[in-house]
Amino acid sequence: MSTTFIEGSIAVAKTVGVCRPHVISAYPITPQTHIIEHLSELVANGEIKSEYVNVESEHSAASVVLGASATGARTYTATTSQGFLLMIEVLFNIAGMRLPVVMTCVNRAVSAPINIWNDQQDSMTARDSGWIQLYAEDNQEASDMHLQAFKIAENKDILLPVMVCMDGFVLTHSFDPIELISQAQADKFLPPFKPQYYLTPKNPLSMGTMVGPEAYMETRYFIEKTMRASLQVISDVATDFHNQFGRFQGGLIDTYKVEDATLVLVAMGSIIGTIKDIVDELRAKEQKVGVLKVRSYRPFPKDEIYKALNHVKEIAVVEKAVSLGYGGILVNEIKSVFYGKPKTPKINGFILGLGGRDITVDTIHQVIKETAKAASEEKFVGLNEALIGGK
Amino acid sequence: MTTTLTAPKEQSCTLLAPGHTACTGCGEALAAKLVLGAAGTNIIVTDATGCLEVFTTKFPQSSWEVPFIHSLFENSAAVASGVEVALKALGRQNEAKVIAQGGDGGTADIGLQALSGMLERGHDILYVCYDNEAYMNTGVQRSGLTPFDCMTTTSPCGEFSWGNKHNKKDMPSIAAAHGIPYVATASVAFPKDIENKVKKALSITGPKYMQIHSPCPLGWRSKPQLTIQVARLAVQTGLYPIFEIENGKVTKVRKVTTPKTPVEEYLKIQGRFAHLFKSPKGKEEIQKIQEIADRNIEKYGLA
Repeated sequence: MSTTFIEGSIAVAKTVGVCRPHVISAYPITPQTHIIEHLSELVANGEIKSEYVNVESEHSAASVVLGASATGARTYTATTSQGFLLMIEVLFNIAGMRLPVVMTCVNRAVSAPINIWNDQQDSMTARDSGWIQLYAEDNQEASDMHLQAFKIAENKDILLPVMVCMDGFVLTHSFDPIELISQAQADKFLPPFKPQYYLTPKNPLSMGTMVGPEAYMETRYFIEKTMRASLQVISDVATDFHNQFGRFQGGLIDTYKVEDATLVLVAMGSIIGTIKDIVDELRAKEQKVGVLKVRSYRPFPKDEIYKALNHVKEIAVVEKAVSLGYGGILVNEIKSVFYGKPKTPKINGFILGLGGRDITVDTIHQVIKETAKAASEEKFVGLNEALIGGK
Repeated sequence: MTTTLTAPKEQSCTLLAPGHTACTGCGEALAAKLVLGAAGTNIIVTDATGCLEVFTTKFPQSSWEVPFIHSLFENSAAVASGVEVALKALGRQNEAKVIAQGGDGGTADIGLQALSGMLERGHDILYVCYDNEAYMNTGVQRSGLTPFDCMTTTSPCGEFSWGNKHNKKDMPSIAAAHGIPYVATASVAFPKDIENKVKKALSITGPKYMQIHSPCPLGWRSKPQLTIQVARLAVQTGLYPIFEIENGKVTKVRKVTTPKTPVEEYLKIQGRFAHLFKSPKGKEEIQKIQEIADRNIEKYGLA
């Protein structure tokens, strides 16, 4: 298989292109821009036959793809950070209307203070929206995930939107050798979008109607039920992808040297790469360390995580988001995996890398050192002591 | 929520099936029925959150005999843009005309940005604003299209207030300033005019904006049986000028009566202006409203 040395954003744009979206709509915001610039270029050059709609806000970008999807089109949008927050009202609406939109959330910190660098606060804020959320570890995975995303979203038993999350700058602006997906490969993997219901005078439907207390709860029940059913679909699509392309980046989760590990670090996104290096380094010193990647954050694969980690003594969850007034978000969900189980490992949570704070090898070493101590409230790691007035 | 339900055919005599829950004398229900009737079945409509969506789509029923989508309050124009480009992308552009709808709040306030984007991008869409001059669905709060000195629940009259302090936002001019081919105002008092304008608008390619004055007896505190009379007086006094703007030029207007009808005739049959008639100082306020009508008559040549 041949590789191309290419920027993450461009690889993603090319993959989205071969998915043959009918309608693309987006509003520019750093660091999402390279993706949509390249897509608009592909349209301008006639390399892809999509309608590209330049809108006046992210709210309208999401609304345009909502309307287009309801009309029977395959649709795509991308955003990050503030744009993502502006979209959130529409994101809930898209999921509630069961429209299989695919979007990229380039992960970036949210304001104030304004900060254009990477963390994962934006997408974590919409974890309850009814979107399937997949987090990419590297640019190969980010690129491949988009092809998988359309197949998951458009599955007639799912019909939920899918968000591919990739770390801003760390992935979007870095160059990697990538195995790009050809048009023929994409066509083989992804069948044309043929929705059962869509807006047409041939069969006039009312969509987005008002639902009172007598039926609203059932709409939520069905989304929750579908989310659980999507666990299998996400796994199956990853397996299908593996069978066709020979690459497997995990279905719901992925593990690295977890089988005999006593300590496992749990994380999402690009930080996994850094952690793998440290795992290798510690393994060479005969320390039994592993890493578990949460690839599907929504739906949350509780059973798979339990199966992978039930033998482990210590877990360190590292995350680039925080629920202010509570602490770590992912760490508490990992803790919930072990609730009511016979054996609970020691679980420590670490918040790091917010607003683009460098996560170095030393940061991860510090996490591992802290984990050896007693279980505690989630800690911020990598704070600048001079700015917080010393210890 | 996608529902597959439509009203039973045998009950329908119009494309907006009866049995919906609009108030007696609702101008908006009448206006929407006229718009659909003129547009015919080969359309896809979007709608902003508001009375129209609420009284026509209470699950599991729907009054819409044409494909209908409601998403949110401020995005009817953007959703319609998506529908229009999807039809194009799917090679189905001859299948349906697209009509976006919203109330005055969903159009001139919270939805103005999305509407501006739709007009600027040149989508082949007719946007219809049903203007009942306040947020009626939430209980008669003022909007950008509430007229001067009008009493609403958030612009009450009081010792220091005559009601709404601001003039009605000039939405048709804002729409026309986008350089679109067709802008029109209309009133439920003149149903044939609404139908003609909808047909004309749909014969033109590109973005079109239409604003229909639609009395709300509940919010205006007017008698339900007077809806048409109230609407007619708004036009006859010059307070709601009826015109067409084609490619930036006013091409047609509806003349006011000769001699002109004083604005009192319009104001006095509505509770939302009743406070202006309760004190001598109110006369001065009514004079200010007369001046608004006179300016409209002058500006559009309605005399």
